[in-house]
Amino acid sequence: MPPRSSRPRGEGRSLQHRVGRGYGRWAPPQPDAARLSAEDRRSRGGRGGGVAPGSGVRAGPRAAVAAAATTTVRAGFHREPRSTLAAALGAPTAVAAPAMGEEDYYLELCERPVQFEKANPVNCVFFDEANKQVLPEKRSLKLLKSHNLNVNWYMYCPESAVILLSTTVLENVLQPFHFRAGTMSKLPKFEIELPAAPKSTKPSLSERDIAMATVYGQLYVLFLRHHSRTSNSTGAEVVLYHLPREGACKKMHILKLNRTGKFALNVVDNLVVVHHQDTETSVIFDIKLRGEFDGSVTFHHPVLPARSIQPYQIPIAGPAAVTSQSPVPCKLYSSSWIVFQPDIIISASQGYLWNLQVKLEPIVNLLPDKGRLMDFLLQRKECKMVILSVCSQMLSESDRASLPVIATVFDKLNHEYKKYLDAEQSYAMAVEAGQSRSSPLLKRPVRTQAVLDQSDVYTHVLSAFVEKKEMPHKFVIAVLMEYIRSLNQFQIAVQHYLHELVIKTLVQHNLFYMLHQFLQYHVLSDSKPLACLLLSLESFYPPAHQLSLDMLKRLSTANDEIVEVLLSKHQVLAALRFIRGIGGHDNISARKFLDAAKQTEDNMLFYTIFRFFEQRNQRLRGSPNFTPGEHCEEHVAFFKQIFGDQALMRPTTF
Amino acid sequence: MAVAAAGAGSGPWATQEKQFPPALLSFFIYNPRFGPREGEEENKILFYHPNEVEKNEKIRNVGLCEAIVQFTRTFSPSKPAKSLHTQKNRQFFNEPEEHFWMVMVVRNPIIEKQSKDGKPVIEYQEEELLDKVYSSVLQQCYSMYKYLQTLHLQSCDLLDIFGGISFFPLDKMTYLKIQSFINRVEESLNIVKYTAFLYNDQLIWSGLEQDDMRILYKYLTTSLFPRHMEPELAGRDSPIRAEMPGNLQHYGRFLTGPLNLNDPDAKCRFPKIFVNTDDAYEELHLIVYKAMSAAVCFMIDASIQPTLDFCRRLDSVVGPQLTVLASDICEQFNINKRMSGSEKEPQFKFIYFNHMNLAEKSTVHMRKTPSVSLTSVHPDLMKILGDINSDFTRVDEDEEIIVKAMSDYWVVGKKSDRRELYVILNQKNANLIEVNEEVKKLCATQFNNIFFLD
Repeated sequence: MPPRSSRPRGEGRSLQHRVGRGYGRWAPPQPDAARLSAEDRRSRGGRGGGVAPGSGVRAGPRAAVAAAATTTVRAGFHREPRSTLAAALGAPTAVAAPAMGEEDYYLELCERPVQFEKANPVNCVFFDEANKQVLPEKRSLKLLKSHNLNVNWYMYCPESAVILLSTTVLENVLQPFHFRAGTMSKLPKFEIELPAAPKSTKPSLSERDIAMATVYGQLYVLFLRHHSRTSNSTGAEVVLYHLPREGACKKMHILKLNRTGKFALNVVDNLVVVHHQDTETSVIFDIKLRGEFDGSVTFHHPVLPARSIQPYQIPIAGPAAVTSQSPVPCKLYSSSWIVFQPDIIISASQGYLWNLQVKLEPIVNLLPDKGRLMDFLLQRKECKMVILSVCSQMLSESDRASLPVIATVFDKLNHEYKKYLDAEQSYAMAVEAGQSRSSPLLKRPVRTQAVLDQSDVYTHVLSAFVEKKEMPHKFVIAVLMEYIRSLNQFQIAVQHYLHELVIKTLVQHNLFYMLHQFLQYHVLSDSKPLACLLLSLESFYPPAHQLSLDMLKRLSTANDEIVEVLLSKHQVLAALRFIRGIGGHDNISARKFLDAAKQTEDNMLFYTIFRFFEQRNQRLRGSPNFTPGEHCEEHVAFFKQIFGDQALMRPTTF
Repeated sequence: MAVAAAGAGSGPWATQEKQFPPALLSFFIYNPRFGPREGEEENKILFYHPNEVEKNEKIRNVGLCEAIVQFTRTFSPSKPAKSLHTQKNRQFFNEPEEHFWMVMVVRNPIIEKQSKDGKPVIEYQEEELLDKVYSSVLQQCYSMYKYLQTLHLQSCDLLDIFGGISFFPLDKMTYLKIQSFINRVEESLNIVKYTAFLYNDQLIWSGLEQDDMRILYKYLTTSLFPRHMEPELAGRDSPIRAEMPGNLQHYGRFLTGPLNLNDPDAKCRFPKIFVNTDDAYEELHLIVYKAMSAAVCFMIDASIQPTLDFCRRLDSVVGPQLTVLASDICEQFNINKRMSGSEKEPQFKFIYFNHMNLAEKSTVHMRKTPSVSLTSVHPDLMKILGDINSDFTRVDEDEEIIVKAMSDYWVVGKKSDRRELYVILNQKNANLIEVNEEVKKLCATQFNNIFFLD
């Protein structure tokens, strides 16, 4: 959990815990290291003691690493009481917003940073409380396990509870340990391939070139390699080693930076962000986007062109009277910046701690390939509204995309949607089978923002789109059919409101024959609402009546509706034959049919219907007479009036 | 329900008899206003087939028709004579547009018998022709006169009355893929105004209105496709294919328009068709493009002359996609056939027609060839079908007619809400009830997804 300024003071521990290790200052390329080392050491030294980096540990004959990752850091995280903090952050956002015309900054610092006040050096001690190693009342720690190793330096990732120890002379053999439930397990060690370096300088793996972070739920060791191993490309690269819970570490991805200089790494929203100090820009990489796979490693290029982090104005602290002062622009990419994994940037000189954030809106215009854009957006946390706006945009008059592009976008949306539906379904089935108790692994699938269902697309995209008068109807129908095709391709049942949208559009443009063909091939699935809609279209398009009846017949649950439709058309005989065909003629109301027959003013028809019910009465009750409950007196009288008393059926006795 | 026993004449297949089917004697179009004065009669005639007929005879025949029409008008001013029955032939009159008359003269079928002394005796079968069939044919001639249709009068029957469209049965997903394909092509080749898609000579999609599609369908299936059967049968390695090294990736080719796209002098001439839009006739170029069994008709406005470049672009856009689509359809079709094909050959043959969408389905007719549409049943039975149809036309009510024909055949006609179904059953010693049951069974299996009254 990243620290937020709004959090009460008491929770500082988790923040401190994380800050323990896993940070990096600007990592310069190797040859520079020698030159910079003095300054670097000084700056490190300034922060003093603890498990001192650099020579201290390396010189030590055997550093015992206790299971409890204890470290001392000299920065005091003293926060002002909340009220003061609020005042400090109270600077209106308009001031904080950049006065830049450019809108395409896709990285920004969080609006409400943690602000550090100047403090006296305070030593803080951090403990792993969760593993019950800290015994506060006894003021002691419990030793769980001890390993003896030569350690150059170490790095701890609190998210995954993995500690990484650097061993050997070249410092490049890393030994990971994993802490879980009070135990400490040794994972297979692995070697980081160092770039070929000139003989004069002794190659070694610097702690600053290593970071650990969780990307897409997997732990990776990120290695900033300043010189590519292949001689033909000069730029630096980031090598991602996948560190699985079980099994050996494997080199998986290489991020090509195509530049050299000082870099710093962050991981935000599963994106690897690489800051470059010299150009004061950053690039982002998404390892889920397709890269070039050479058989063992995938090479990735930056998703987007390099951009600076959005300019940041330091809010003026102090009483409201002074806020009229113009805000101070913050120096970005300053050499006093320290970055921590995953997304923390600290400006040591200004005393701020920010979380780095990704802004999705500007990316929409920076990534012209809509398919790739969708792949990218669908992996982001806060993607829903952005994706919907991309969809609306690609259907707008000015930015209209071609149908194949639209199809690709729909397919990508529905691929995510279907994955979620499948997970839901197998969860529901497992619950039904009663596995929920036996298997603790069974979890209800999480609906991420990337799941955009039919109602989302309908509400935010399609319903507004079909209303646009300036759109050629051919395009509107093509888009609707494309969405329906995509849903069908992923075997997702299409909701009837989408079908209604298609029908509405076709009817508006008098494209009844097209509608007829769609229904003929069952593209618009049968449903009672749809059948009723068709019935209502009969006056504009007579065949709609037949289509509607066919649909009711196929539904096989709409027999009453069929009878009503036929009676309303005065097809009394047809209605009776239909109901007899399905064996429901013993339960129908005689009065309803006799009324309908009388309305036709066809006496022979009335006779036939009347005789049918007389025969039914005879069969069911042994007498052709109608019972008072059937309310057919009026019809009996009418029958007598036309055909005479003697025409009434006589009761037969067996 | 009506039952009639049709005692059709004794078998015409007796050995010493020779039979001649009905044939077209002449066909002409005239307008009486074009040559009202004496000596100018020739101007009336707009078209006369056969053209070799001597001029005076043409004028005489036209004059006779004019006289008959004028004469009969006195009895029925609004509905002048539609046909004239004579011993040897029958004439059909049609006035599609005011003062424009189309006349078709059909020779009655002939049976040539050997008399006892060995001399051939010719017998005209005056009652064999059905007025309705041929007047429908004549009306279609008007609809199709742009298509230069050849008339095959020896094989006209019930299907010609309907002028229906056979639809290709297809699953929803493949259908949607075709939709998607058409929309994309219309988007990338934006001069295409309408598109129609056929597979195995059966319609899948029509962007044209129903009535226009009906005519286009007739033209395609009876004239254009049969003419292109031969290269199709020759297979993919035919010389035509070898001439076009450019399209190794797909099997697409033009049925109308340029034969060889690599020939810079290839002619890009397409037949023109007229479709009926709201207010006026719209003139269009008809481009027919085919890959394997899938044929697509692209219609573009006649004011735009398609260039060779356009044809090449169409070939490169449509060819590969259509090839994939055609094999998809074929695959789906085979899956469906396997699923339903387990039943053994049924004991009946049927013709189905729906007036609402013009859908027709026939197990009576074999595949149409350029010259004849083969039927698998006896002509007498076909005639009974025609008679039942005439009965149906007379009343609006739904009805059912069951006819016991000669030998063991039963013919059943059913009409239900603008749909007509004709079934021919061959069951020895079947009675009326059994036949009725059989037809019910047929409806339940073949037509269970539509509302068809028992």
